[in-house]
Amino acid sequence: MNILCVCGNGIGTSVLLKVNVEQVASDMNMDVTVTTSDAGSAKGTANMNDLVLTSPQLAAELEGVDVPVETIENFMDPDEVKKILEKYAD
Amino acid sequence: MATDLEEFLPDSAFLIDKEAQDWRDAIRLAGKGLADSGFTTDAYTDEMIATVEKMGPYIVIAPGLALAHSRPSDAVLHTGLSWVRLSKAVPFGNKANDPVSLVIGLAGRDENEHLQVMSAIARALSNPQTSSELRKAATPEEIRAILKR
Repeated sequence: MNILCVCGNGIGTSVLLKVNVEQVASDMNMDVTVTTSDAGSAKGTANMNDLVLTSPQLAAELEGVDVPVETIENFMDPDEVKKILEKYAD
Repeated sequence: MATDLEEFLPDSAFLIDKEAQDWRDAIRLAGKGLADSGFTTDAYTDEMIATVEKMGPYIVIAPGLALAHSRPSDAVLHTGLSWVRLSKAVPFGNKANDPVSLVIGLAGRDENEHLQVMSAIARALSNPQTSSELRKAATPEEIRAILKR
């Protein structure tokens, strides 16, 4: 599945989240492609993905996209990421 | 990787056990570490503060940890990081993860250049053991050694 990680600028927190998501997905034997984006351009690219991950503060910027948007409080917590991925695993 | 860390996180980028009055002050310390290391101009510090003013305290990405940064701009001279351990934690207004005691400053020229270093940091911070060691480590050598594992 394709996952988009969104942060304010697309170079900081979303990159850390991407690394964490890829690690968790690999532990779960899930096949994922993770990309990152800033909140401004995420609306345009979100629909090309199956799932969008972002922080609670930025979720409002993504209102109206057609794919599920999940928020993460602790970007560094593999368990929090795992719980979300489990919902979308086949 | 070894050389990368020394390049992206040099001794001049560390501010250990510094005091900050509030979150702006904490980001200013991170900005000082970046500027002192030649990664950014002082203008970048204001841009990092403006990012939080505009988009909220989303940069507090884990309990006690803020990743201070802004977007690539003229104020970024080189890609690099700074490392600020506060002597007293300060609130950033992020309910889930306040208060913040560790601020990592990030100046990136593009999203790929710092990916290796960011991967090392993400790996270390997502592991409870190394994460707690990192927060306790008091010297640049110790911190880099943990990140290199």
